[in-house]
Amino acid sequence: MMKKYSFTEKKDTRSGFGAGLSELGKTNANVVALCADLTGSLKMDAFAKEHPERFFQTGIAEANMIGMAAGMTIGGKIPFTGTFANFSTGRVYDQIRQSVAYSGKNVKICASHAGLTLGEDGATHQILEDIGLMKMLPGMVVINPCDYNQTKAATIAIANYNGPVYLRFGRPAVPNFTPGDQKFEIGKAVLLNEGTDVTIFATGHLVWKAIEAGERLAAEGISAEIINIHTIKPLDNSAVIASAKKTRCVVTAEEHQMNGGLGDSVAQLLSRELPTPLEMVAVNDSFGESGTPDELMTKYGLDAVNIVEAVKRVLKRKV
Amino acid sequence: MASAVELDNIVPQIRRDIVRMVHAVNSGHPGGSLGCVEYLVALYFKVMKHNPEHFSMDGIGEDLFFLSNGHVSPVFYSVLARSGYFPVKELSTFRKLNTRLQGHPTTHDHLPGVRMASGSLGQGLSVGVGAALAKKLNNDDRIVYTLHGDGELQEGQIWEAAMYAAAKKVDNIIAAVDMNGQQIDGSTDEVLPMGSLKAKFEAFGWDVIEVTKGNDTTTIVDALALAKQHTGKGKPVMLLLKTEMGNGVDFMMHSHKWHGVAPNDTQLAQALNQNAETLGDY
Repeated sequence: MMKKYSFTEKKDTRSGFGAGLSELGKTNANVVALCADLTGSLKMDAFAKEHPERFFQTGIAEANMIGMAAGMTIGGKIPFTGTFANFSTGRVYDQIRQSVAYSGKNVKICASHAGLTLGEDGATHQILEDIGLMKMLPGMVVINPCDYNQTKAATIAIANYNGPVYLRFGRPAVPNFTPGDQKFEIGKAVLLNEGTDVTIFATGHLVWKAIEAGERLAAEGISAEIINIHTIKPLDNSAVIASAKKTRCVVTAEEHQMNGGLGDSVAQLLSRELPTPLEMVAVNDSFGESGTPDELMTKYGLDAVNIVEAVKRVLKRKV
Repeated sequence: MASAVELDNIVPQIRRDIVRMVHAVNSGHPGGSLGCVEYLVALYFKVMKHNPEHFSMDGIGEDLFFLSNGHVSPVFYSVLARSGYFPVKELSTFRKLNTRLQGHPTTHDHLPGVRMASGSLGQGLSVGVGAALAKKLNNDDRIVYTLHGDGELQEGQIWEAAMYAAAKKVDNIIAAVDMNGQQIDGSTDEVLPMGSLKAKFEAFGWDVIEVTKGNDTTTIVDALALAKQHTGKGKPVMLLLKTEMGNGVDFMMHSHKWHGVAPNDTQLAQALNQNAETLGDY
């Protein structure tokens, strides 16, 4: 039996970030926010309005924003930077590498509109490489929560962690199904459904699709264990290994390139510790394009049906 | 507080440290380091309020310095050690395996006195502006100082930070450009002429002070005193220091050749002959 998940409304994860930031503004006087001309898109307006002295509009100058954020940590501030995922990572990679990661600065790089679900703006803005870029940086924590509530909880949690963090979220409204009062633990996988035949490790927007896939599989008599990997780095190694040991085949699902993403991290771990048949649901070495988020997820094979198919492929490889 | 005579006594020792450090590992950047010895000596031994014996990353209540052109690490390390941040003998570990004195400065190995990694150019002005903003939030009235190479100004991020600092009235920062007119491939005018830096920074909204004798400690101390008077008036302050690359070692002057080349044994002896051992070699 698949555990039943329901939601009362769809909400965008970026609004979860905005709500979390606004709450931090009230509870933590050291939290400051910087934004490169995308305050509305990042839902940072509430913080900006409530704490104008702690909000820094940098204009369209992301490199300077990252450098300023790094500098503001000196003196005890906890800077949250906000722009699209593309401009939060690839555009400013060297600034993050030297001034944040190598310098060990307590900067929270918060990135919206990640992946294909940015939609109509097309491939220039749809970064599918950001998880890989960021997880390669020594010491960088990489988090990709699955819904509004979890993004809000993650935003609040990272303020209490001392070190650089990349927090990735998105544009579209998606089912808001995780508890509003959840405690977010960095690096701790969340077991959504216990199963015995296969494990689906999903992150971000693909978590709900994994639940949908689990329901379809259950109807066909296949028992899927579903685990939400909201923290890609540090990966919850023991949770991944324990589940793979139980089901002996796994599928990973993410809105990212296969290269460098969650699937890549799980495959590395299992190859070293517990070689296990694995299939990946991810974008396969391709740029995106214009279209609605739903159309793009379908065209690039990131729907529940693709997870179901991957499960069937991996079950055939199971020994 | 050191007098001008005392500052001038420190300078040759810093130069000795620089050429000896670079010679010992046959690598590093002596030319640019020698060119800004006087500026860093003035800052660390005269102008800045700082606490070398009890280094704290946050530097609350202290003046802060950020080196943006990290390749001149030899002068930075020498000045930090000589002002008491870490033992002078540690200068002998420069660029060697397991050292805290990496080729370019870093916080990674917790070297006291360093608050930010630098080396990849163009990032230090943004960092300085951020630190200056944090000081304002903390009601800390001390000053943030930064140093940049002139070639480094070819990086776009510098101008992003310059635009921001002026637009948002970050007036507790004094940036300085080490205008030695040289970069790796030749003179800045050969590589990419930048025109009038004074006009450019003024157009961006900075208060610009030109220092024509950028290797003269008395001139620098006076210029820094003037610059400090200009802080707190709604504009960031820029010092344009006209310097001589390789200053104090005659065969390293008037050329970009010594940007990233170490002296051999004979050249080291020559350089040391020109600079007295005033404080004792490490």
